[in-house]
Amino acid sequence: MSAVSTSPVIERGTATSRIAAIAVAVIIALLAIAPQFLSAGAVDRMTALFVYVILAAMWNALAGFGGLVSVGQQVFFGLGAYFAIRLADAGLNPFLALFASGIIVGAVSWPLSLFMLRLRNGEFAIGMWVIAALTHLLVNLDRLVQGETGTSLISLNAYDAGARRAAIYWLALASMTALLAILFGLLRGSTGAAIRAIRDNEDAAASVGVRVTGTKRLLFVLAAFGIGIAGALWLATSITFQPKTYFNVQWTAYMIFMVLVGGIGTFEGAILGALVFFLIETWFGGTGVWYLVGLGATAVLFSLFLPRGLWGTIEERFGLRLLPVGYRVRFPAATDGDGMLSPQQATPYREKA
Amino acid sequence: MSLLAVEDLVVRHGLLQAVRGVSLTIERGETLALVGANGAGKTTLLRAIAGAHQPAAGRVLLSGADLTSVPSHKRVGMGIALVPEGRKLFVQMTVEENLLLGKTTGRPGDWSVDKVLEMFPNLKPRRHAKTGHLSGGEQQATAIGRALMSNPDVLLLDEVSLGLSPLIVDRVYAALQGLIASGTTIILVEQDLNRALAVSDRVICMLEGRVALEGPSKQVSREDVTKAYFGLHRKSPGSVPA
Amino acid sequence: MSNQIIQGILLGGYYALIACGLSFMFSVMRIINLAHGSLAVFAAFALWWLASRFHISPLVGLLIVLPLMAATGWALQRFLLERSARGGALLPILTTFGLAIVIDNLLFEQFGADTRSLAPYIGSLSYDSWEWPGSIYVGKLAVIMFASAVILLGGLQLFLTHTRLGRSIRATSEDPDTAGLVGVDARRANAIAAAIAMVTVGLAGAFLGMRATFDPYAGAPQLLFAFEAAVIGGAGSLWGTLIGGIVLALAQTLGAQVHPQGFLIGGHVAFLIVLFIRLSTSGLGLRGLLRLPTRKPT
Repeated sequence: MSAVSTSPVIERGTATSRIAAIAVAVIIALLAIAPQFLSAGAVDRMTALFVYVILAAMWNALAGFGGLVSVGQQVFFGLGAYFAIRLADAGLNPFLALFASGIIVGAVSWPLSLFMLRLRNGEFAIGMWVIAALTHLLVNLDRLVQGETGTSLISLNAYDAGARRAAIYWLALASMTALLAILFGLLRGSTGAAIRAIRDNEDAAASVGVRVTGTKRLLFVLAAFGIGIAGALWLATSITFQPKTYFNVQWTAYMIFMVLVGGIGTFEGAILGALVFFLIETWFGGTGVWYLVGLGATAVLFSLFLPRGLWGTIEERFGLRLLPVGYRVRFPAATDGDGMLSPQQATPYREKA
Repeated sequence: MSLLAVEDLVVRHGLLQAVRGVSLTIERGETLALVGANGAGKTTLLRAIAGAHQPAAGRVLLSGADLTSVPSHKRVGMGIALVPEGRKLFVQMTVEENLLLGKTTGRPGDWSVDKVLEMFPNLKPRRHAKTGHLSGGEQQATAIGRALMSNPDVLLLDEVSLGLSPLIVDRVYAALQGLIASGTTIILVEQDLNRALAVSDRVICMLEGRVALEGPSKQVSREDVTKAYFGLHRKSPGSVPA
Repeated sequence: MSNQIIQGILLGGYYALIACGLSFMFSVMRIINLAHGSLAVFAAFALWWLASRFHISPLVGLLIVLPLMAATGWALQRFLLERSARGGALLPILTTFGLAIVIDNLLFEQFGADTRSLAPYIGSLSYDSWEWPGSIYVGKLAVIMFASAVILLGGLQLFLTHTRLGRSIRATSEDPDTAGLVGVDARRANAIAAAIAMVTVGLAGAFLGMRATFDPYAGAPQLLFAFEAAVIGGAGSLWGTLIGGIVLALAQTLGAQVHPQGFLIGGHVAFLIVLFIRLSTSGLGLRGLLRLPTRKPT
């Protein structure tokens, strides 16, 4: 083909993304002072929302960026709560226990990753489910937990209810912000290029020297850590620990729903998905079983007809990027008269790793 | 009416246009050789005729009937069979099973497992061996046999000599001569110019997805083809004689 | 002890039954159907509904339910999996997981949380037993179940090797594009394979209902059992599935001996040990584990 005279323009941020960055800072600041103005119930709901955002972002990090679809992520959610109980029982300050528990979950996930990451696709997905089922059974054997009867994070009751509620709210907000920042930093940094290369084509990435397994392991451990924190936070809000509730596959179902609806493999999509899920739960959660049928059906429909999710579709249609994690190449609209680049191939906005 | 006609065919692989407006015809009983450098679009053209690639524009006609939207498995039933590049045998299955798969469409004709084994006697002792364990020549024979089992009107052969020793290639070509003598219509993609010219009635040289040269094999000189091969001699596309 | 081993082996027949559809679909379409267990429970509920509502014996009910399952499999492949598989290897996992949630909760909506069983509708078959030498009593149902597994696996093997349709399905599983080029309708072959898989799921669901109890959320453990048996046995061979089922059942039996809650733990641990050994010796990921050939790039 004849040479294209105008070279493509490479850019990182856009005007929209700079406005978005300021908006994010403002939103976080507003959320931080929100408990002053919100009712107790609203604070609890907002805490739940933050946990959902963490769950969605972490599952998305694993599936959307690492190409690892797991249906056993409830194992880390359950372990996050379980280790918090254990640490608090051993005398650690309950708030510290929440954070320490996340770290232990992350540490446990490391040796697990050595084994599980050698499985691919569906085998990894369901293999993780087996791990979750086994871990659930083993936690049940702990005398402290008393089988399915469960136990409580009693030491948290020492704090005044109002102060406790606000403290957990701030912890959840801080955890969410920190985890999203870590993920954002990873995706923008040098690891980000590797992650996107793996997302687009794992074999090709490996052949040009991308450390596929190492990068996947990083995402696996990050996701375990984040979901562990989420489980510990959930325990802090509800106090009681029943293994059946925490090791329930429905947590993974929620994660999948949020990410599929929001947009798998997009940073903003997971957050949008968590918001959508939060609203649906608020409005329809009371309808019980039909609500769950609806969630499942929506997941099926999105996987079939809108696999890029809401955000992915918006991004594709309008070339909109709020929090750019990659670079974008703008092709000058030009063809070489030879038909090699037809107009629909010269998409004006196409993100490249 | 020509047995097979390709009209202004365009096939894309993503951003790349592998075939850019090719037209050709082939008469019953004719042998047509497609030559050209790597990436000239020969394999893509052959696969598009077989239905493995959906064209972006243009048509494929068999005895005047438009095949463009007919899936590959139905084209086999209508009399088009491809021996794909790299043979693409079912390696977990035996020679006999591979051959029987060619019979799937139930198209009438006299090809049978025994007739194929007669044509390729070296396959006889390997009848129940998995094709993954065969030598290259045996695999190629099985692949040709599998295509013949569907009793095709048009046999498309893609690089049948690739990766085989000269001795084995001679054997494969001897078998092809038999097919040609029996009146089978053949389109053949071949890297070896001498073999292509020797075995065919007509030759088409492709360059960058277009027809660069076309003519009767006996009249075209080796030099003409070589020039067309490297784009030194370029016939304007579309001036293919009907 | 030998009594328990025999019971364990016979229980392995059930696991082989539930696993063979999963591994069959995986080896043909390379899709792990996460709704597999839920569909088995669906079949069990369908039989229970026919029996409790219309007094149709489950054995007769199978004549209605198995064709229904075949149609379900066909539709599943044509309307969901085919479309979903075009989006890559990961999407079908999400689609079938969503489907499992839908099925489970619809069953809950329709039949409530109560556990059900088909045992009351099969008369003495549920408790009759034969006495074997050495005063070992084996349940008639367990023996029938095991025999069904052997017949089903053998029949499937014969079908795949000796019929034109069977060869078409194997060719499609190896390389769908080339299968098309030799005249095989790959879409049809896949849909038929899915229909066959669902018939085996229907049969497994019937035995689940007859030998034990089930509730709307019983699908998930059945899926895990099926997956574990398939992996232990190696999905490449149908007979391996039977071995896998037996190993799983024996490990569970052993686990129950060690600890009162050890039944399920024993199975999971055995699965992980087998997985660990194979992973550390093969190095090929699960494709090597299941002893499947790598599908040729298309």
